[in-house]
Amino acid sequence: MLQGWVIVVCSIAYLGVLFAIAWVGDKRADQGRSIIANPYIYALSLAVYCTTWTYYGSVGRAASTGIGFLPIYIGPTLIAALWLFVMLKIIRITKTHRITSIADFIASRYGKSQLLGGLVTVVAVVGVVPYISLQLKAVSNSFTILLHYPDIVMPAHSAAVPVLQDNTLYIALILATFTILFGTRHLDATERHEGMVAAIAFESLVKLVAFVAVGAFVTFGIYDGFGDIFERAARVPRLAALMTFENDAAHYGSWTSLTLLAMLSVTLLPRQFQIGVVENVNENHLRKAIWLFPLYLIVINLFVLPIALGGLLRFPDGGVDADTFVLTLPMAHRNELLALFVYIGGLSAGTGMIIVETIALSTMVCNDLVMPGLLRQRWWPLHRERDLSGLLLGIRRGAIVAILLLGYTYFRAAGEAYALVGIGLISFAAVAQFAPALIGGMFWKGGTRRGAVAGIVAGFAVWLYTLLLPSFAKSGWLPAAFLHSGVFGIELLEPQRLFGLSGMDETTHSLFWSLAANIGAYLWVSLARRGDVVETSQATLFVDVFRHTQAQVSTQFWRGSAQVGDLLPLIGRFLGPARARAAFERYARAHGADSLDDLHADADLVHFAESLLAGAIGAASARVMVSSVVKEEPLGMDEVMNILDEASQVRAYSRQVEQKSRELEIASRDLREANERMRELDRLKDDFVSSVTHELRTPLTSIRAFSEILLEDPRTELAERKRFLGIISAESQRLTRLVNQVLDMAKIESGKVDWQNTEIDLRVVIEQSAAATQALFRDRKVALSLELPDEVPLVCADRDRLIQVMLNLLSNAVKFVEPATGWVRVRLSGAGDMLRVDVEDNGPGIRAEDQARVFEKFRQGGDALTSKPQGTGLGLPISRQIVEHFGGRMWVESEPGRGATFSFTLPVCGPARAGAQ
Amino acid sequence: MSQKILIVDDEPNIVISLEFLMKREGFEVAVAADGEAALRMVESERPDLVLLDVMLPKRNGFEVCQQIRGNPKLSGVKIIMLTAKGRDTEVAKGMALGADGYMTKPFSTRELVDKVKATLDIARA
Repeated sequence: MLQGWVIVVCSIAYLGVLFAIAWVGDKRADQGRSIIANPYIYALSLAVYCTTWTYYGSVGRAASTGIGFLPIYIGPTLIAALWLFVMLKIIRITKTHRITSIADFIASRYGKSQLLGGLVTVVAVVGVVPYISLQLKAVSNSFTILLHYPDIVMPAHSAAVPVLQDNTLYIALILATFTILFGTRHLDATERHEGMVAAIAFESLVKLVAFVAVGAFVTFGIYDGFGDIFERAARVPRLAALMTFENDAAHYGSWTSLTLLAMLSVTLLPRQFQIGVVENVNENHLRKAIWLFPLYLIVINLFVLPIALGGLLRFPDGGVDADTFVLTLPMAHRNELLALFVYIGGLSAGTGMIIVETIALSTMVCNDLVMPGLLRQRWWPLHRERDLSGLLLGIRRGAIVAILLLGYTYFRAAGEAYALVGIGLISFAAVAQFAPALIGGMFWKGGTRRGAVAGIVAGFAVWLYTLLLPSFAKSGWLPAAFLHSGVFGIELLEPQRLFGLSGMDETTHSLFWSLAANIGAYLWVSLARRGDVVETSQATLFVDVFRHTQAQVSTQFWRGSAQVGDLLPLIGRFLGPARARAAFERYARAHGADSLDDLHADADLVHFAESLLAGAIGAASARVMVSSVVKEEPLGMDEVMNILDEASQVRAYSRQVEQKSRELEIASRDLREANERMRELDRLKDDFVSSVTHELRTPLTSIRAFSEILLEDPRTELAERKRFLGIISAESQRLTRLVNQVLDMAKIESGKVDWQNTEIDLRVVIEQSAAATQALFRDRKVALSLELPDEVPLVCADRDRLIQVMLNLLSNAVKFVEPATGWVRVRLSGAGDMLRVDVEDNGPGIRAEDQARVFEKFRQGGDALTSKPQGTGLGLPISRQIVEHFGGRMWVESEPGRGATFSFTLPVCGPARAGAQ
Repeated sequence: MSQKILIVDDEPNIVISLEFLMKREGFEVAVAADGEAALRMVESERPDLVLLDVMLPKRNGFEVCQQIRGNPKLSGVKIIMLTAKGRDTEVAKGMALGADGYMTKPFSTRELVDKVKATLDIARA
């Protein structure tokens, strides 16, 4: 016999255990020894997703639709795979901007909009209240049923019980008290509740063990394993149908929509956002959670179908509500301990959900609804209050009580018309309205505040009309005619067959129209008009959150002046002066300032203060408060766009920049080399010009001097006059030769020579050159000998140019050898396809270091000699250029004192070469 | 007493013209064809003035000028440099090394004679 007091004591004791865990968790967190800093706790706490709805409702749904309960768990399993993509980004944004709730998130994304924050809060409260009422209903029902143990009596309709005798009301109040204790003992700048998370993780474990225990009891205790249950059920035609998938479009439609709903809810429900995002201590925990959490869901669903079938077999007449099978089956088999454990498990699931959900909602109500309102009104001079942290806590506590009472009210009004799952889906469909604004805002910079407001309002209105109001109508709260004729009797507006759309279940129908309206309005309004400055900057910070760190960019968007003396008291009023001072001192130390007095109130500090405040009162209110004490200079749209362009394009361009800079490096190296070549050429040209000038001025000097001498003194003796005129004539010829050779050189170098190429016998060239210089050799009494073979191959070249080369070499040789004893020998030989000419003399020779220089322009071998050689200094350079033009080579071999040999080669005129010519 | 002029140039025809001009003006003339010979003859002949070409075999005119100016015993020797390279830097270098004047080739014979006389006259005064 389970006495009522036993159940009450057990319940209170269990809540006490949860509270103790939370207390320890908070204490450890304060000491910096977190007990929740591991991925298993994180994954378990995520299982707050599984409420009494799962605990009792899944069996109920399985009893009526068979495997139709599954989409609610398939959805989260599917999206868990996407979490590393979506959830990670949400978490990063939340941590970066110290976001406290989903309302804060959306408001912050769209320019820290108070309107949007308030709107999301209203939608969340209205949408989630039915869900809370569902928990109350389940806990209350399970309590009532257990109270009648061992008889199985379904609870009376709550409407039939006077409010003050309704145990649900007391359950609601007790839970409100606990929630206040869990969530609002003190105000935290980051809105994190480590103790609560620890308690939730424990709670998740309890409900899992309890559910698996009852599942095992039914499957293996009452029946003989899975096979036995399914076999027996298969014999009953109605039950057999539950185990198959009905093959029609409506079923596929609801599977799809339910899966989608569950996918969105597991992220967007305020409590999921609270646990999964706000309470997340380490992004890396997500990596384990993406498989641990689905694993949890699989385990808790393992026994749903066996329990449902077992219940239907045990209670075939329908007198027992399938939502209660989990509890009533152990009771029917007189297992009172298990029944009590199951009740505790259900209580666990219900309280876990209520605590987290109401904490999350109360934060939203306080930060995004009440505070903005209070800060805006004029009649209560809020800005004179020294410490507002007490007020903040008061608001939150009030909100918690109010929300639970709202849940209770809904339970009284509409609770009986729906099964557990139906009520849950209403909430799911409501929070699904946040999806376009939230997901769009994270991945699309074009989404604007107006678009988000329009989308949420439109989606929420359709949800209200097609799902919530019908739920009131079904419970008799509104006239039933509303359901069938719509507003004003217009059939097209029939709430659950909007515009004649039928063939869907009500959730799918509502989801379809509400999301269509929501997404349509969001996109259309966003695209119609660009957002303002703040929106645009926030959009970039959110969408590109992985690209830049907070410090880099956020402060770029702020310009103005502030005083530490203004900021500190402001923060102190909301967080309490001591906490605020401690936070500022930490900031000061981190920024290298010794004390608060040294702290410079720059953009960084203002940003720090604002985010500190955002943790307590939400981004939108924080912005209003901070801007009340600092002088802000608004940035123009152009400036923001410039900053954004720089910030967001840096990544994209950095690759191109690298590429370009590599190209630039190469180009500049090439340029440098080219420039050096140019300089070198320029220097050579300068030298050349200077040398030519010198060479020209020298004969001119003689010519001018003698001309003037003759001009001034007509009485000069005839012999002397003749001598002087002879010098003038010789120097004039020298000048002419020089001019010709300079021009010749320039022509060869610029490639403007008209080469007259023919097949030439080199022997003829040598003989003709020898004949031309014969007089010169004779005058200086120098012997010239030729060694020519009988027959040589022909070369292809310009005859006159080759004669020029030979004449140059012969006249050089004869110039340098001593008269009378000197000799010059010319030898022609063939080696392979090259002919070689050597001009050897017994002159003074050329020093090794000068051998290369004699081929340079104006570098005569003169420096080594006492007397200046005759000639222009261009003969050898020109000769070498000619030989090289025909594919040959010219060089000199010499030992000082033992003569010199100038040699050159020329290629034989082969068929290929002849053809090429 | 007639003053002595040392002509230093490696171009025989220029030497002939300078020798003629200086003798016509009554100067005693000595000739050197390269830098080393020039230095030897400055020591041995003790000329009053040197007409010194820049582009010389063995030691160029700048070196010769520097050597003469580095020798205190030769402090009275005047130097007029002759250069066929008209660059300002060449002229400036010569003056910096202690030359008393310069002439650019080809020169006006009258100007050269005037410059030689002027340089020696100033020295006398």
